[in-house]
Amino acid sequence: MSRQFQYQDDVLIEKSFNWKQMARLFDYLKPYKGAVTRVVFVMMVFGMLTRLAIPYLISLAIDKVIDPDGGNGSMGYLSIVFGVMLAMYGLRWWAQNYTIHHTNDIGQKVIYDLRSALFKHVQTLSFRFFDKRPAGSVLVRITNDVNSLQDLLSNGVVNSAIDIAQLAGIIVILLVLQPKLALAVMITVPLLIFVSSSLRKRTRMAWQTVRIKQSRINSHLNEAIQGMRVTQAFAQEKENMRFFDNLNGSSIRSWNIASSLNQLFGPVIEVTSAVGTLILLLYGTHLIQQGELTVGVLVAFITYVSNFWEPINRLGQMYSQLLISMSSAERIFEYMDEKPIVAEKEDAKPLNDVRGRVQFDHVVFGYDPDRLALKDISFDIKPGMTVALVGHTGSGKSTIVNLLCRFYDVTSGRVLIDGMDVRDATLDSLRRQIGIVMQDTFIFSGTIRDNIRYGRPDASNAEVEAAARSVRAHDFIVKLPDGYDTQVQERGSALSMGQRQLLSFARALLADPRILIMDEATASIDTETEVRIQEALGTLLEHRTSFIVAHRLSTIRHADLILVLDHGVIVDQGNHDELMRRPGHYRNLIEAQYRFLSA
Amino acid sequence: MLTGEDCRLDIFKGLKQFFWPDKGFLTGSVLGLAVATAIGLVYPLLLRALIDDVITPKKFDGILSLALLAVALIVVKAAFQYVHGFCGGRLGNRLAYRMRNASYDKLQTLSFSFYDQARTGDLMSRLTADIEGIRNFVGFGFAQLLNTLFLVLFGFAMMFYVDWTMGLMTLAVIPVIAYAAIRFELQIHPVFRTIRIAISKLTISVQENIMGVRTVKSYDSASHEYGKFDEGNSQYKANNLAIASVWATYFPIIEFVASSSIALLLLVGGWRVIHHHMTLGDLVSLNGMLGMIVAPLWTLGFQINNYTMSKASGERLLELLNRHIDVQDPAHPVKPKTEGAGLIRFRDVTFRYPNHEEQPNALVDFDLTAGPGSVIGLLGGTGSGKSTVVQLLLRAYDVTSGAITLDGEDIRQLELGELRSRTAIVFQESFLFSTTIRENISYGRSDATQAEIEQAAKLADAHDFIMELPAGYDTIVGERGMGLSGGQKQRIAIARAFLIRPKVLILDDSTSALDMETEHRIQLALRQVMEGRTVFIIAHRISSLRHADEIVVLDKGHVVQRGRHEELVRLPGLYRETYRTQYADRPDELGEDTASSRKVSG
Repeated sequence: MSRQFQYQDDVLIEKSFNWKQMARLFDYLKPYKGAVTRVVFVMMVFGMLTRLAIPYLISLAIDKVIDPDGGNGSMGYLSIVFGVMLAMYGLRWWAQNYTIHHTNDIGQKVIYDLRSALFKHVQTLSFRFFDKRPAGSVLVRITNDVNSLQDLLSNGVVNSAIDIAQLAGIIVILLVLQPKLALAVMITVPLLIFVSSSLRKRTRMAWQTVRIKQSRINSHLNEAIQGMRVTQAFAQEKENMRFFDNLNGSSIRSWNIASSLNQLFGPVIEVTSAVGTLILLLYGTHLIQQGELTVGVLVAFITYVSNFWEPINRLGQMYSQLLISMSSAERIFEYMDEKPIVAEKEDAKPLNDVRGRVQFDHVVFGYDPDRLALKDISFDIKPGMTVALVGHTGSGKSTIVNLLCRFYDVTSGRVLIDGMDVRDATLDSLRRQIGIVMQDTFIFSGTIRDNIRYGRPDASNAEVEAAARSVRAHDFIVKLPDGYDTQVQERGSALSMGQRQLLSFARALLADPRILIMDEATASIDTETEVRIQEALGTLLEHRTSFIVAHRLSTIRHADLILVLDHGVIVDQGNHDELMRRPGHYRNLIEAQYRFLSA
Repeated sequence: MLTGEDCRLDIFKGLKQFFWPDKGFLTGSVLGLAVATAIGLVYPLLLRALIDDVITPKKFDGILSLALLAVALIVVKAAFQYVHGFCGGRLGNRLAYRMRNASYDKLQTLSFSFYDQARTGDLMSRLTADIEGIRNFVGFGFAQLLNTLFLVLFGFAMMFYVDWTMGLMTLAVIPVIAYAAIRFELQIHPVFRTIRIAISKLTISVQENIMGVRTVKSYDSASHEYGKFDEGNSQYKANNLAIASVWATYFPIIEFVASSSIALLLLVGGWRVIHHHMTLGDLVSLNGMLGMIVAPLWTLGFQINNYTMSKASGERLLELLNRHIDVQDPAHPVKPKTEGAGLIRFRDVTFRYPNHEEQPNALVDFDLTAGPGSVIGLLGGTGSGKSTVVQLLLRAYDVTSGAITLDGEDIRQLELGELRSRTAIVFQESFLFSTTIRENISYGRSDATQAEIEQAAKLADAHDFIMELPAGYDTIVGERGMGLSGGQKQRIAIARAFLIRPKVLILDDSTSALDMETEHRIQLALRQVMEGRTVFIIAHRISSLRHADEIVVLDKGHVVQRGRHEELVRLPGLYRETYRTQYADRPDELGEDTASSRKVSG
């Protein structure tokens, strides 16, 4: 069986669009209502009217002056027409300049507003939101989906208004110039609309397939590049090539379908409109024969009719664009409608200058409603104590940390800091009191210095270095090419895991929180570094309440209190000596370590 | 300028292998468009015939055939246009297919040293955006550029044919428009580049915000993060407005010049018709032709822009495709002995990372013999060279001097696939692919049966938690194994290595996220699986290394200690220090008294 990587696809959208979403999207245009009106007005008066007037001016010049059959040959009249035309072109120059400037200005501002709003909103969302979604898909919504609305919101709105006006204008002029011929030519309009809309629908579906296939390729490429070391170590290059060839081939097949349909569009429209040309030529000359039409007007008709298909075509494209954009809009609004589960209360109070007392009062919590991660947990930690959380994977150690930081809200019970329920505190003040060093240290792109300063952007260089020295990170930092100003990229991949963790130690120390949490923070540090860390830990833990989640005995044995967890329940507590004195989980755990050592 | 030309030739010569197999489509695309253009230019002549031969002399008999001829021309033109579109589309698509496959295959062969430097986003954009740019240019842009040329040539030829004075007069417009179009391109091009920079800034800020969400939230730095994001967002807006501003300057000028030429044509042409230098039909047809020539001229700037961008894309793609592969298969690979037992020897191996010439050697004069059935432990601090040892064994890099042999053969003489199918490594950071757990475990051996997979999972102590997942072995683990804990990911990665029953197994600090009990169970299993085979264990924990037949302690690329646990623990040095830090509670084995003398056995 050949390999099958699996990626989540977007769904093919077949339905016509949702008016409510569109209204919501256009709400973002509201602040710029005035500007939109002005642009449409300018373009209609100076842009469109000149376009409508000029073929008529030419027809006048032909009929009144140039036509050898009835023209008067007056160069004066011709010069006036020339002058008026030039003046109109001049106005049009100005109008276009104005329109391009302002439509883009509006569009970009709306896009900016929308993206800012979306980003700000996503930032407020709780961990549950991020747990469920791969980072890539959130990214795509904030970047690509918003970008794809750009055209619709800048040129789309203005151009559609102008196109509709232009169509109406042409129809009126044609009817005034020669009603019979106008009606005859317009017979082809329904035909054209029918042909183009049915073709367009198929094209749209084909492009959607292309996009879905393309995003599958992107997902795979991203993963293939990041996992390349594994692929090569397991000698799976050929298998991967085979898989990719399939993916690529199927993408190209969908491209072939889409581009064949797409290329069909122009020629089909042209052939359809040829019917109009046929009517125009035959019936037009017939009317000239009858004396009901002049040559100049016929020339004007030919120009007008060719200007006629253009807006119809553009409006059709606009409609397709709108449908695609609405699916982006829908995805954006889906995020906008997500409510942060951990929300700040209306009357939340800031939690300032805490001493560091932490209480869990009959806390129950489950990530899924049917699987409890914590069952009735209670403890009371005095300020300045060091608490170690011990237990197997899945025993609930990390969950306690998550609840303390209020990354999630308890299902029942209370979490209190200095006697205040964390749900009553403002989120920013709560989190300013807590520092956390995680298993998976996240390094942002930027300099080493910026990364250390992350929790306190106003820290001075001296303070940054002092923090780095305290956690013994200074030595390796100064050995980097640019020392503290070394740029780190792609989540710090150039640094070792141990180095990344030292940086996060420095980061936590500099932020100087009252409560410090270390979540398996020393798991990947080599022992040499760990010795240094142990020394630094004293500095780090001094005068703070701290929680340490660790497997290593060396990190937990000095704790004031050890909470032993098993399946979401505290099964034992005490300090190392007390716990070692009585049989139980903890002693078994510690003894097991020695057993492994001597087995 | 000359160098620029040379460079361009080189790029399209380099890309030739991808589009030349479809030269039929290329010809179809160019010819189709040229013929369609030529037919389009005939149309104004029909108008002239209509006015001069039918309407003015009032001979209305010919009108039907004239009208039908017009319709026929339109239909034929449309057909040729479709030929252009179809051929261009196929050409571009097939080109994209070949280029993407070639790039992907190249990525599979590039060595670790390349990936140490490469950035995912950059490679991605070469395989997507750059290929897209080349697809568009070769499929359509090239034909359109040629077409603009044809149009100007044919168009003016026709205008001269109709009335050469008028042709000469309007010819003056061309340089003006072309000049403006090229100026436009020169101004807009740099802005396009800044847009790309703004987008990547925006992307990075959003991506980091999402991936580092825990850090962002715990440091309450949402507003700081918003500042970073806003920088990209504002820059993106500003750059787009800068483009619009260039556009707003040039587009109306070009249109004004083009339109004025039509007004001028009416004035001068009208005068000539009145004075019988030409006919009304001539004037109407000239008017039509001028409109046709002028319309695509203002897109000249775009076409040139399209061309330069695709040139740059081609350059980036070729740079990837021509990249030197550091570690390659030998020209005449030696077949390893099938029943070779897996005897590994490092002889005087010295190594320096290829991209870090300024740094000291990562490994110096390293010697090691690992017989079948032995377990080698490697201990050392960050940068001590312990990971280097195993990466050299896999030929992730080639040694700078010295040699590594497998059953007596230098590993550089073996096929890479052969070598790597005999070895399995579990990396420090476990990487899971977006597929089922089953496929992740069987990654190295896609023919494994369910029973074999389960057995490997059981040995890696992963079976139980897998069975607790909603879909068991069919659970899809997404992006970098999302939804699983670090320890669970490590166990799946270990099962993956167990399944292929390698001659040589390497665990590169790959049990760090496991608790000791789990690690111990896995080590017991390891002994069972690796009976008679060779194991390398890199670890920070003494408990992981304790049973190794030989423990090598490294520091700055040098071997500082080697021996068995019982020996090393009695000698002063890094090993004993490490041991003391981790097992301060158990002084007896050290053979000396320490402050803490707590007894734990009970």
